[in-house]
Amino acid sequence: MADMINVKINGIAVSVPKGTTVLEAAHQAGVDIPTFCYMKEINEIGACRICMVEINEGRGFRMVASCVYPLNFDNSEVRTNSPKVLDSRKKTLELILSTHDKKCLSCVRSGNCELQSLCNEMGIEDENAYAGEKPEYEIDNSAVHMYRDNNKCILCRRCTAVCSKWQGIGVIGANERGFKTNIGSAFEMGLGSTSCVSCGQCIAVCPVGALSEKDFTNQVFAAIADETKTVIVQTAPAVRAALGEEFGYEIGTNVEGKMAAALRRLGFDKVFDTDWAADLTIMEEATEFVDRFTNGGVLPLITSCSPGWVKYCEHYFPNMTENLSSCKSPHQMQGAVIKTYLAEKMGLDPKNIVVVSIMPCTAKKFECQRDNEAAAGVPDVDYVLTTRELARMIKRAGLKFTALPDEDFDNPLGLSSGAGDIFGVTGGVMEAALRTAYCWLSGKNEEVVEFHEGRGTDGIKRSTVNINGTEIKVAVASGLANAKELLTRVQNGEEKVDFIEIMGCPGGCVNGGGQPQQPASVRLFTDLRSERAKALYSEDAAKTLRLSHLNKDVQALYDEYLEKPGSHKAHELLHTTYVKRTIN
Amino acid sequence: MATKTTVPFNGTAEQEAKLLAVIESYKNDPGALMPVLQKAQEIYGYLPIEVQKIISDTMGIPMEKIYGVVTFYAQFSLYPKGKYNISVCLGTACYVKGSGDVYDKLQDVLKIGGGECTADGKFSLEACRCIGACGLAPVMTVNEDVYGRLTVDQVEEILAKYE
Repeated sequence: MADMINVKINGIAVSVPKGTTVLEAAHQAGVDIPTFCYMKEINEIGACRICMVEINEGRGFRMVASCVYPLNFDNSEVRTNSPKVLDSRKKTLELILSTHDKKCLSCVRSGNCELQSLCNEMGIEDENAYAGEKPEYEIDNSAVHMYRDNNKCILCRRCTAVCSKWQGIGVIGANERGFKTNIGSAFEMGLGSTSCVSCGQCIAVCPVGALSEKDFTNQVFAAIADETKTVIVQTAPAVRAALGEEFGYEIGTNVEGKMAAALRRLGFDKVFDTDWAADLTIMEEATEFVDRFTNGGVLPLITSCSPGWVKYCEHYFPNMTENLSSCKSPHQMQGAVIKTYLAEKMGLDPKNIVVVSIMPCTAKKFECQRDNEAAAGVPDVDYVLTTRELARMIKRAGLKFTALPDEDFDNPLGLSSGAGDIFGVTGGVMEAALRTAYCWLSGKNEEVVEFHEGRGTDGIKRSTVNINGTEIKVAVASGLANAKELLTRVQNGEEKVDFIEIMGCPGGCVNGGGQPQQPASVRLFTDLRSERAKALYSEDAAKTLRLSHLNKDVQALYDEYLEKPGSHKAHELLHTTYVKRTIN
Repeated sequence: MATKTTVPFNGTAEQEAKLLAVIESYKNDPGALMPVLQKAQEIYGYLPIEVQKIISDTMGIPMEKIYGVVTFYAQFSLYPKGKYNISVCLGTACYVKGSGDVYDKLQDVLKIGGGECTADGKFSLEACRCIGACGLAPVMTVNEDVYGRLTVDQVEEILAKYE
């Protein structure tokens, strides 16, 4: 037990371990202190000065940055809301505003901008208090999935911290110094020319409107209004676990039923579930694994559901692209099935079908434009919208989300097993695959074996699974810095693994770059990864159908159309290819 | 914002070998980027993208991190010195006598910013502080030649002298 000390925060007595930061002690006392730059462990730079507080450690009150200031002395007194503190906070805000474009009315973050809400709380009266020279930046539109508007950037550096520390990539950083400081890439390259993998973690942590996905809501509204088009939507597992946050639900609430109802009311002709294709993915990927494992193919086999990870592999581990599963990611498979099998069934020309994927992911925007993702000669998926964009559509259409009934997905591509549902969490794809592999290899076709070693938010998880005397070494990594650590060991022969699941975002898709943005006040004290994951694990646990290979609509696809997993036709429709890229 | 240099890079194999040796000597030092950049600038005279790329690949440090450090510190330059290096004094005496306007005019005429070099490698431009010729303010130098009591109108005429 660490030494405990007693301190007072605004007169409230709290007892905390010695070395606790003022910010954390204040949280324990029920007091919020605003922060911009601070991110626990990855951006403890105390630079933005918005969290300044007064502290008296026996020699009178003085100002310190609460996010990084450790409490080391008994009886220290802290004031977080004295006139001096509030005045300092206001001045800091006014100075930030002096170089901010202040175009709130047309800003994508209006309403959930951390700068805007803090200005409001602090009672900013004149947003031009320090009017003067202001840098002007061109918007960087070069990336497929996002843009950067440095005119709105407050230089908190959260984006650069997640890019280099969580993802181990570091294609963005702070350039120049002083007044000219700006976030950008080497030699002012556009983001699209760098080896950015499109994960979108930078967007998810941006406090303001400087970083955002490329918005396709208008194009989707237009497609829905076009009577010559059949517009079919599908939703990834992680979307239902977080969409509710945009409408006031507690973090980790599963809003699957209301989401399906909302999509129907938005006018989509069919509302399908990508979880269905997750089951299909398991059929193809498990077959691929068994084939490689028994016939001496390239191992470890590494999952390919996460397009951020796939692009990372192409840039940073080009020698390992042969290890990637050739399976398309689930939503691309679903798009391919919609535009071939279902189009034939419904008597539709694939050219008149518009497939819209609602994803927790920004890299999927990049993925749907890749080569070899067009089974019917037209793109498998036409538009990828993030969870945030779906929320925008629902709000724009005037749907009262909380009052919607719970509805089901349409069939045949709406039925899913619990194994498909957990695809949205780190370890979920591995667990789903192992459940089916266990059944196939043991001959117990309906026995559900949960794989708990793969669960939880650890960055790298390892296990050896024994199925009927066959030992399979598996590993799970999420967050690309963790993936890099694991793969470096595998590449150097320090570790032997047969099957690896990698998700680009820390914690998996539930914490994807396209998920609702939570402010620092929530993010710092709530583990979004585990809270949202609970929604998917409980959905799985509540289902009777928990094995991908028992999904009868997936079975029907094979019976009627693809013959069997890994067949020639399955390869034409459901598999893809990769390229080798360089680091820029 | 820095603009990219278009002066062709002509680093030699010998320079590259020197740089690689420097990097090798710092192999076990995690904070080696600064000294490596300093030595690299000694070797090449400046730090163009080609040199930063060698450092990035060899040391496993992202390009952006290196570029961020290079653009942060005034001691590092992204541009070579031109055949003729123009240095305009922005010290107090020269500045009050209008050297700022001369400096602006040079940037306009040469179409480069301070610290940069023209695409043909002929002229580079930099600002300096007092060169001790305040009596001649405003002052600029072109290599070893000193020009005093300057006016904006003389700028093009002076540049024309250099082939």
